Amino acid sequence: MTNWCMVIDLDKCVACQACSIACRMENNTPVVSPEEAKNGRAIRWNDVFPLPVHFGPDLGEYPNVKTHYQTRPCMHCKNAPCVKACPVQATYIDEEGIVRQNYNRCIGCRFCTVACPYGVRYFNWYKPQWEGTLAEYRNPDQVRVNGSLEGPAVRPVGVVEKCTYCVHRLVKAREQAAAEGREFRADEYVPACVQTCTGKARYFGDLDDPNSTVSQLSKSLRAVHLLEDSGAHPKTLYLSEG
Amino acid sequence: MLQTLAQHDRDELIAPLYRFDRKFWGIVAFLAAITAPGLLLYGRQLIVGLGVTDLNRPVFWGAYLVNFIFLIGISMAGTVISATLILLKVEWRRPITRIAESLTVFGLMTAGLQIIMDMGRPDRLLFTLIYGRLQAPLMWDIASLTIYLLTAMFALYLQLLPDIAILRDTAPAAVPEWRRKLYKFLSFNWRGNKEQWERLEKAIVTVSVFLIPIGISLHTVTSWLFSTTVQPGWKSTILGPYFVVGAIYSGLGLLIIAMSFARVYNPHLKEYITEKIYTNLGWIFIVMSGVWFYFTLNETLVVTAEQETLEFPIMASKLFGQFSPAFWGMNALMIAATWMLLAPKFVSDKPSRNPLMKTPVGLSAAVIGLAIFSLLWLQPVSVFADPVFQTVFILAFVALLFLALLGVTKWLKTHLIPSSVIASSFVLFGMWLERWNILMPTLTHARLIPYTTYDPTLTEIAVTVSTLGILTLIFVLFYKFFPSISIWEVEEGRARELGAGD
Repeated sequence: MTNWCMVIDLDKCVACQACSIACRMENNTPVVSPEEAKNGRAIRWNDVFPLPVHFGPDLGEYPNVKTHYQTRPCMHCKNAPCVKACPVQATYIDEEGIVRQNYNRCIGCRFCTVACPYGVRYFNWYKPQWEGTLAEYRNPDQVRVNGSLEGPAVRPVGVVEKCTYCVHRLVKAREQAAAEGREFRADEYVPACVQTCTGKARYFGDLDDPNSTVSQLSKSLRAVHLLEDSGAHPKTLYLSEG
Repeated sequence: MLQTLAQHDRDELIAPLYRFDRKFWGIVAFLAAITAPGLLLYGRQLIVGLGVTDLNRPVFWGAYLVNFIFLIGISMAGTVISATLILLKVEWRRPITRIAESLTVFGLMTAGLQIIMDMGRPDRLLFTLIYGRLQAPLMWDIASLTIYLLTAMFALYLQLLPDIAILRDTAPAAVPEWRRKLYKFLSFNWRGNKEQWERLEKAIVTVSVFLIPIGISLHTVTSWLFSTTVQPGWKSTILGPYFVVGAIYSGLGLLIIAMSFARVYNPHLKEYITEKIYTNLGWIFIVMSGVWFYFTLNETLVVTAEQETLEFPIMASKLFGQFSPAFWGMNALMIAATWMLLAPKFVSDKPSRNPLMKTPVGLSAAVIGLAIFSLLWLQPVSVFADPVFQTVFILAFVALLFLALLGVTKWLKTHLIPSSVIASSFVLFGMWLERWNILMPTLTHARLIPYTTYDPTLTEIAVTVSTLGILTLIFVLFYKFFPSISIWEVEEGRARELGAGD
């Protein structure tokens, strides 16, 4: 079985936030008003945030100024705290190592959002809305698992949603391979953020394949996990800056 | 002699059940009035979504969850106190077991309500039964809550059974037919023969034995909701026993308030709920406050001393930061409550010649203290920057506070019941703040999200008031149908006392 993994090279990342926008268009995350966003209601599956988080960016003194940014998709942890916390198995790790969310099952208790140390889970405080004609540009792709919608299907109010490594793209790539009557290869699928990345800072592939880019990069001395001490065994890797 | 006393009990305890006077309707109307706005706003929340609260990312849980833990907490004493006292065969428990056990049931009911109100999709509540994962702490909590509620209801019913039979047999002619039928149905063919009594007593003891571990399990599991996560401030092993202690502490507070309320409502109850019960409960209260302070000190001191990168910012926000009013307010309330219960034990009830013990001195010290405090608080530029001034100010404040506490001691000594009620309300409010101080600092200090704040919106405040209104309303209505004092238990106790005299 494949074990999907993302590697983000922070040396190459220019913090352009294209990944955030690509993710938004690909996964139909609703747009909220600026006031709501200020109040922490924005939904950005792939957030780009300044470092350090808590005491503001340390800019340094002119002309030696420097700002750090980090991009944050879901870590798709091997020992995911959110999965352990969910009382109804609305979130689960599939056999390919992707932490997924069943919107038709979620009861909205928000235990997973509280349990996640990375803060990559988002809650639909209101019914999702799109301004003007934006709704017409929604991604029509859908993934159906046991009859319930997943992936970019528009989420109802009151459920939790999160980055799925664009699982619908995986489903589509598999279907195409099957239609063409050939074996599916791990390099036929990347999430939208990887495809769009301006600095080509993101890599995606099968961690269990020793020849894949991601497994090569995972052996790099620069390879680090975010909050290694959380015990969640996050899978998304970062190549540290400098 | 026993016969006449028994007749007296029945007159005093049963007659008010059929008296629907202006006082009763007034209370019901008042409670309905404070409950209604919250229900309306909750209806709006159902339609619009949880966005009407101030919850956000990362503060995903808020006032509803605080209320939930608080209500779970107040449900503790009821059963654990009455079950423990039954097992220990403590005689003075007899008049308060009913109120204590019913508070458990009502507290758990309203606690369950809070969870439903907090859910994003309350329509999917049954999914917890259909798809429930037994590995999830929330499922442990749901299971424990359900078992506790059912057991507590069963215990309450068992204890009610002989009294329902009395009600069935003594119902006056004017009583409506449906009420007669209700009593007849609920009395379950109770005739009060020897075999039935023996079985009942056995059953009550058995249920009491089960209730204590079930009660402790619920409070521990509720703490596990937090301590099983990897969030700093929560991942602590002390949280389980801390919750249990806090639960007993706040539960006792509610018990004292509820029985005082019943006493005021029906003055005849003063013969049953005597000052002796207040004194005895007061001692348990004092012990519990000691244990509570011990746990609070453990939690606070250890984290403050080690100053670990993740934990300390959360503790610092309680000690000096945005949660300091709630944290120090909680401590002040608890200290005041402990003083109110403990200090009167050390003074005689004769008037004292020491001017420091005079009530006017104490009250004026309190007023001066408050005036200075608010004057300093309202300054546009903080005056606390100067360390010398800060020390002088703190010392003066402590001295004034001490004078105030000393001054009211005499009054407390001579007014046992009002002072118990005031102390209990301090403890209840303090325990609500304690739950707030456990939840909010961790939620607002997420690791990878900027520190944030949380201010409950009108919806959340109204729903909280509404919940307390519902709790009181159930209490008032329940005791319009059933006597608030266990008649048979009181009679049994009296018979035992007289029997011992023979």
